[in-house]
Amino acid sequence: MTGLYSQHLNRPWLRRMRNAVIAVFLLLLAVATLFPIYYMIVSSFGPPVEAGGASYSLFPSSFSLESYKFFFDFSPYSGRWLLNSLIVGVFTVLGNVIFASLAGYAFAKIRFKGKRFLFFALLSAMMIPYQVTQVPLYMLMVNNLHMDNTYAALVAPTFVTAYNVFLCKQFMSSLPTEIIECAKIEGCNQMQIYWRIILPLSKTVLAVMAILTFMSSWNNFFWPFLMTSKDYMQTIQVGLKTFKFANTTYFAPMMAGATISALPMFILFFSLQKYFLEGVTIGAVKG
Amino acid sequence: MKKSDSSEQRSNRKWHLTSEDMWGYAFIAVAMIVFCVFTVYPVFSAFVTSFHKYKPLGSIFVGVENYQNTFTNRLFYKAIWNTLVYTIFTVPFSLCISFVVAVLVLPFKKKVQSLFKSMYYLPAVASGVALSVVWLWIYDPLPTGLLNSLLAKFGLGNVNWLGSSSTAMFSLILMALLAGHGTQIIIYLAALLGVPSSLFEAADLDGATFLQKLWFIVIPLVKPTTLFLLVTGVIGSFQVFMNAYMMTGGGPDNATTMVGLLIFNNAFKYSDYGLACAQALILAVVIALVSLVQFKLMGEDVEY
Repeated sequence: MTGLYSQHLNRPWLRRMRNAVIAVFLLLLAVATLFPIYYMIVSSFGPPVEAGGASYSLFPSSFSLESYKFFFDFSPYSGRWLLNSLIVGVFTVLGNVIFASLAGYAFAKIRFKGKRFLFFALLSAMMIPYQVTQVPLYMLMVNNLHMDNTYAALVAPTFVTAYNVFLCKQFMSSLPTEIIECAKIEGCNQMQIYWRIILPLSKTVLAVMAILTFMSSWNNFFWPFLMTSKDYMQTIQVGLKTFKFANTTYFAPMMAGATISALPMFILFFSLQKYFLEGVTIGAVKG
Repeated sequence: MKKSDSSEQRSNRKWHLTSEDMWGYAFIAVAMIVFCVFTVYPVFSAFVTSFHKYKPLGSIFVGVENYQNTFTNRLFYKAIWNTLVYTIFTVPFSLCISFVVAVLVLPFKKKVQSLFKSMYYLPAVASGVALSVVWLWIYDPLPTGLLNSLLAKFGLGNVNWLGSSSTAMFSLILMALLAGHGTQIIIYLAALLGVPSSLFEAADLDGATFLQKLWFIVIPLVKPTTLFLLVTGVIGSFQVFMNAYMMTGGGPDNATTMVGLLIFNNAFKYSDYGLACAQALILAVVIALVSLVQFKLMGEDVEY
């Protein structure tokens, strides 16, 4: 424990009082933070009627899954939206885990000509706002390649992100070079070193990366929205937006849709909390 | 580079590629291809497009007309202004809140800290679309709307939150401030835990108070973190798009049209790709300049 809170150390009851006051304040803030999510889930169990007749209660007055049914009945592809999100997420994760770790290893430990320049170029990519690249990419995909409404188009731009290469490079730089030198003397080539030594040592960082990549892919809206003019290729986020603009007055079904879009992430978060929380700081604190 | 033939290798030592080089290029190949196709090419293409007027059957070169139109367009300035207002009210405030919360979480045990971290982080797991949909209903303008019925309990009148130009921007800011600072709190907490306790012990010996320790030890030492969060926060805020698009559509009367939405509308609503590219490039330059200024102002004694 740091020594920032050194007061009242010899007066336990006062310390406990202080901590209790702080805890109450923090809990109030947590309630305010979690409230929209609570409200979303509770309201999603309401009946699917137009909002004029619905009551906004904070506590569930009735429990029905009718609104979920309403959401899934809205489009014949609502189930497929979830599947599309899953497919896009899985391939994005695979691409990043395999190729960002390969590139990260190369930038961290292999000496090749032009390394510094190439890495710097890659890093500078992170500073470009997405608005700059979206219009040309849209024109390329839709007007030139006619690849809109394909999974390839949804996955390709984030197949290997500069951020993930950077993360891998940061972590792999911290691995001792001696092991790699030893392995070389033993006659391993770079691929064997990567596969047998680097990957096993990087499991945690790759797991964190995989989870965060999947989350950002699942929650991504802008690019799938541009790429999917056809209903059946939309991801769940785009589908939710389609639903929202088509049924502006249906309160409970909209909440059901929002819950459906967020629930897989909540489940993932609660089962893999440690990795999520680690992932938040992984890119930030290591300046 | 991989295919440089052997005669060339022999003639020029500088271009001789060792097997180590080859492995390096092979390992970064896919990442670099993705980078070239989806970052390098679009940036150049955006630059070229910004000097053209888009026509379906071949664009026309129009010189700097798109830039001229942008700088003489009142809506562009309004969007810049809105973006600035949004940024100034969201980023510093949420940094302060996050810092205070992180300091308050500090005295608790690891397990309790993790619990608070999880609670504050949870909204960040939900998508922007889902959160926008929920907040849209919290801001329901009818008297039965959630926020309005809360106001009524305090005897306050009905507010047309998103529908009136005087409150629409405020509503978006309020949502940004309440929708969670999980990421920032966790990053601050990690930085706080990294402050060496010997400094606090020394301060205790000198009889420093809690606030003195906070001011003279903690705040200077977490400055790199503050700078990081500030710069990334401002960059994110300058590109904000989702809330305005989903909740107000930029209205009423463009009161919530921010640069991100303006560029989107120009490109995908009016198909004026040239104008959109010009504005996106201007945005990129503005972001770069603002980040640079922040580094200069705050980063003098920060080492990276």
